[in-house]
Amino acid sequence: MHYEYNVATGDFTNAGYASSQVKKFLKQLNIDATIIKRVVVALYEAEVNIVAQAYKGNIYVDIDEDKIRVLLKDEGPGIPDINLAMTEGFSTASPKVREMGFGAGMGFPNINRNADILNVKSIVGVGTEVEIIVKFSN
Amino acid sequence: MSSETYFYHALRINQDACSGCMHCMKACPTQAIRMRKGKAILLANRCIDCGECYIACPHRAIYVNHDDFDTIFKYDHRIALVPTVFINQFRENISTQTIYESILDSGFTEVFEVETMIDFLLEETRQYIDQHSENKPLISVFCPAIVRLIQVKFPALTENIVLLKTPMSLAAMYCRKKFEQQQIDQSKVGIFYISPCAAKIAATKTPVGQDITGVDGVINMDFMYNHVLRKIKEEHRVSSGYKQISKMSSIGSIYPSSGGEKINMKGRCLAIDGIKNAVEFLEKVENDELSDVDYLEMRACDQSCTGGILVSGNRFLTTERIRNRTNKIRQQETEGIRKTFNIEPEIATYLQEHIALDAILPRSMMKLDEDRSVAMKKMTLINELMQQLPGVDCGICGAPTCQALAEDIAKVDAALVDCVFWQTNLESNGNMTSKERVETFRKIWGKKASEKA
Repeated sequence: MHYEYNVATGDFTNAGYASSQVKKFLKQLNIDATIIKRVVVALYEAEVNIVAQAYKGNIYVDIDEDKIRVLLKDEGPGIPDINLAMTEGFSTASPKVREMGFGAGMGFPNINRNADILNVKSIVGVGTEVEIIVKFSN
Repeated sequence: MSSETYFYHALRINQDACSGCMHCMKACPTQAIRMRKGKAILLANRCIDCGECYIACPHRAIYVNHDDFDTIFKYDHRIALVPTVFINQFRENISTQTIYESILDSGFTEVFEVETMIDFLLEETRQYIDQHSENKPLISVFCPAIVRLIQVKFPALTENIVLLKTPMSLAAMYCRKKFEQQQIDQSKVGIFYISPCAAKIAATKTPVGQDITGVDGVINMDFMYNHVLRKIKEEHRVSSGYKQISKMSSIGSIYPSSGGEKINMKGRCLAIDGIKNAVEFLEKVENDELSDVDYLEMRACDQSCTGGILVSGNRFLTTERIRNRTNKIRQQETEGIRKTFNIEPEIATYLQEHIALDAILPRSMMKLDEDRSVAMKKMTLINELMQQLPGVDCGICGAPTCQALAEDIAKVDAALVDCVFWQTNLESNGNMTSKERVETFRKIWGKKASEKA
């Protein structure tokens, strides 16, 4: 099954629409609650990344019997060093932003922790592609 | 519709009074209502007895089923378990004693204040929170509509519910123990709860996490309110002579108002009332968006129990009176002139040993099938159907939304031809006769409605 969503960048109020839709589908498929939680946490984090950072973004969701694959494509500033972005605590946010509780450098590490497979491709000044795969059985 | 029924429901639909206006179907937070033969019907496994349909119905066709009052007379000892919301519906110049005496005049032999159990329960809850920090935020078990909402719509969160008995159950256990100590035959003791809502009635008939609640019957609060008000207004009232004084503490007194549980809990706690607010908040809990919240006081009714559908008094005035009465009690406590209720140590030990509930199990209404591959097929079908349905959510098919119709079709509880847009298309293409269309329409709207136009 295939679903597509546009992400309204800069609109924090409506961030999380794709993850709540996906959550509903997975509940309908009687997927284990702990797996649903992992999918939702990873997807929400990635979705908010687009809202906060990109100019334009789309989410493509494919669900089959064994797994869910989510591809998040955005047009935006891109990530110069992906390995660094995967490091816990690494953040590009200014001290001022961090003081307010944002940009703690936990975004990608959190996605990584919850996904079975995480692939990130990025071109600076063009955009980023994040692929998240979560398997339904352990 | 599903043949297996999990829940008893106190909410009923009077088929004669139902006009088929669909207000209830549109108001239901769990999409538990459909229209068949021009009348609303309830899907038993989806309904959580929250009462939103009861509020929405303009024809008073939805009612709350309660026990016949005369059943109290089957017992020699007849105890009314009265929640403090009851007394606070009456004006402040009517004393608690007068209200209790009027309840006794109706035939009860004893009035027991449910909230006398609160101090004990809160202490047990605080300890429970300390011992179960892995399931934070813990969610109050008090409101049965919330418990059922979690079971059907947020199955993963059943682990967060505090597994302790409710004040009503504890009060019933306490009363029974007292009679047992006096060596009175338990079969002669009848304990009746005066309920502010349908959910608590349902919870006494099919309790969650326990086999019995210890309550023998439930009387609707509006029924008792009318009775007491009539008694109070009688000029030459003859009293039964029973006397009963209020003994609950200020902590018990404030408990049923919104925030009344939260203020006496420790850690970071939030009070959420109203079913829509609860759904919105539980989504956040489920998404792990919250950190550091220890406890959630959650109530299905706006303004907590003062907004219960069987509470006759206005919820805001009732809440104000609860606050005023609580302040008075607190004043008396400070001055040391109030004799507050204390559970005898022996009974407290007994209650502690029996306060735990069994696990509350998920009862997901969301899953399309137990078997994932069958569920996948149904989901694919739903997606295809959504491409073919108009998306206007008109409700003429008898389901609240096009999505709900698509899901009903996938579960073989409805058909695509139930959609009025489809009927029009099929008829104009010559694929449906007028007679077939009338028959389909009557299945949902009955003969009467289809002949009116």
